[in-house]
Amino acid sequence: MNLLLIAWRNMQQRGLSSWLTIFSMALGVTLVVIVLAISGVVTESFQRNSSVGYNIIVGAKGSPLQLTLNTVFYLSRPVENVPYAYFLEFQPGKGREAAWKSIGGRMANPERPGKYSRYMAGGFAVPVCLGDYFGPFRVVGTTPDFFNNLRYGEAGDMEYRFADGRNFQEHTPENGYFEAVIGSRAASEMKVRVGDKVSPTHGNPEGEGHGDKFTIVGVLAPTGTPNDRALFINMEGFYLMDKHSLPPGEVEKTEKESGLTYVDSTGTAASLGLPAKLPIHQREVTAILVKPGGESGILAANMQQNINESLQAQAASPIREIATMLTMFVQPIQFALLVLTILVCLVSAIAILVSIYNSMSERRRDIAVMRALGARRDVVLAIILAESVLIALSGGLIGWVMGHGIAAIASPWVEDQTGIQVSFFTINIWEWTLIPGIVLLAIGAGLIPAFSAYRTDVSRNLSA
Amino acid sequence: MILQLDHIRKSYPLPGGGTVQILDVPNLNVDVGEQVVLLGQSGGGKTTLLHIIAGITTPDSGSVLLDGIEMTKLSEQGRDRVRAAKLGYVFQTFNLLPGFTALENVRLGMTFGSGKHDISRAIRLLERVGLGDRLHYKPSQLSVGQQQRISVARALANRPRLLLADEPTANVDAANQQKIIELIRQTCQEEQIALIMVTHDLKLAQQFPRVERLEQLNRVLQSVAS
Repeated sequence: MNLLLIAWRNMQQRGLSSWLTIFSMALGVTLVVIVLAISGVVTESFQRNSSVGYNIIVGAKGSPLQLTLNTVFYLSRPVENVPYAYFLEFQPGKGREAAWKSIGGRMANPERPGKYSRYMAGGFAVPVCLGDYFGPFRVVGTTPDFFNNLRYGEAGDMEYRFADGRNFQEHTPENGYFEAVIGSRAASEMKVRVGDKVSPTHGNPEGEGHGDKFTIVGVLAPTGTPNDRALFINMEGFYLMDKHSLPPGEVEKTEKESGLTYVDSTGTAASLGLPAKLPIHQREVTAILVKPGGESGILAANMQQNINESLQAQAASPIREIATMLTMFVQPIQFALLVLTILVCLVSAIAILVSIYNSMSERRRDIAVMRALGARRDVVLAIILAESVLIALSGGLIGWVMGHGIAAIASPWVEDQTGIQVSFFTINIWEWTLIPGIVLLAIGAGLIPAFSAYRTDVSRNLSA
Repeated sequence: MILQLDHIRKSYPLPGGGTVQILDVPNLNVDVGEQVVLLGQSGGGKTTLLHIIAGITTPDSGSVLLDGIEMTKLSEQGRDRVRAAKLGYVFQTFNLLPGFTALENVRLGMTFGSGKHDISRAIRLLERVGLGDRLHYKPSQLSVGQQQRISVARALANRPRLLLADEPTANVDAANQQKIIELIRQTCQEEQIALIMVTHDLKLAQQFPRVERLEQLNRVLQSVAS
């Protein structure tokens, strides 16, 4: 008979007590596994969202974190807007002048290249306008480039695909400027599909309805990003909605304060055979998603520095802001949760200590008998430690199975919410520390009763 | 000679201070395969003497030579090893481990020695003591007589050179007493195991070829009597 079998028999003899302590350890380990699983999902979710397909978010001066939260995650309120003309500073070549002529309106020095156009050869800039809602979901006014140019996924190389329909276009004969694309979660929860007409509300989910209706032409395939939970509308239609244009008085004030000479455009949308668009000088954007040209990140860093040194706008790096958010807010919470669950395991280990120690008075004679049969002191110590380790490991194994079972049961919901797949066999790398940790805890818990067994007076307890 | 005791003295401390002498045994020798009964009343130091022979406790002075090994010169671990290898012990109150089956209790007898762990020997011993059909029964499922027979089988499991039996029939009913004694005697004879049995029962003692009265062996009892 080996020591493990002797320890196992001792456990069986104290059946109820052993099972209760096993169960308490199992609960502790279940919590640890669940916290690690959640931590893994949260971290992967953040990592996925940090690869957004562009390097810089440009917006009004303020908090870069708020700008990122609003633009990437559609959280918080938008920072102030920047003039549409500022977005045109990112057009390469003669793009600035071409936009002035095709949209119409007033602009200062329309013929000069954009201030940042030298960075933009081979790159792109996508404007977004935020502030409206569709039910609880944010409405994003943007251009078709949002889905044509941007990428997502951990490596930032996945193209946006449509589960149904297509990307919206700037103008179509059937829908004019009023086409929209909706994310998979938003479509599912609002019960809309391709062909439906939807109307955003202004300012908040219960805000005043605009009345203008957009036709849904595409439903995005799930991406596991916040874009699953938004409605994307053609920016030209966005500008034509009520309260989305700058009042004339404000435009004049801006022109006067700038000290520049504004020139009316020589062309409009009508000259291209399209319905009228909101003029440039009455437009604003909430943010500009910028990917400079070239493979090197140096251009992005230079551009970012130039923008931040200017008075007009700020440039935030979404990767850096998301990493900061992860480090400053999310990881401390994850750490605190993990510490809490480890404390639960510690309490379970103390339960093992108490359970075995309380049994020692009943077992003195048994220990004395084993010693009389030739067992050395270190052997009886090892038997008690083995018992403690067996209880802890049994609880650990049951807890691991329970934790992963819960994760497997919740996996459809997790995948639905985050796009991340979790299965029974999804293992966090930190789980490999569970077994050594449990064994150490068990040895620590078993030491006191083990030493009590070690010191058993054989002669006295045989005669008792 | 399997056992030689020479001038064994043992005292215990009193709660209020001072000591009380329990043993003063000038001499006791036992030959290989010899069967000896130590006859005496309770409180005469019989169990203490057996514990000293087994190395469970040490004498204050004197020599215990067991199969040529001076037990008093060994460390506690050394004595444990010798006990596991060379001694068998039958307790007055059986002392079977309640969570273990009959077979497992017998196997415990060979677990702590360095010799071969022979499960088939454990089974044969249980068959020898008439419990071949009770291998997997726990002590609580067996009668008192059956439990004591398992205790005997356990004591023989490690092929001891010397078997110590401390009042082996004290807690057994009259019907089973003789069976237990016969079992111990015959098994020791068959396997050439020396036996020291302690009892207060004169009728049982007279069945053995050599009886040592504790009052004659232990000078402490002689001085008390006088």
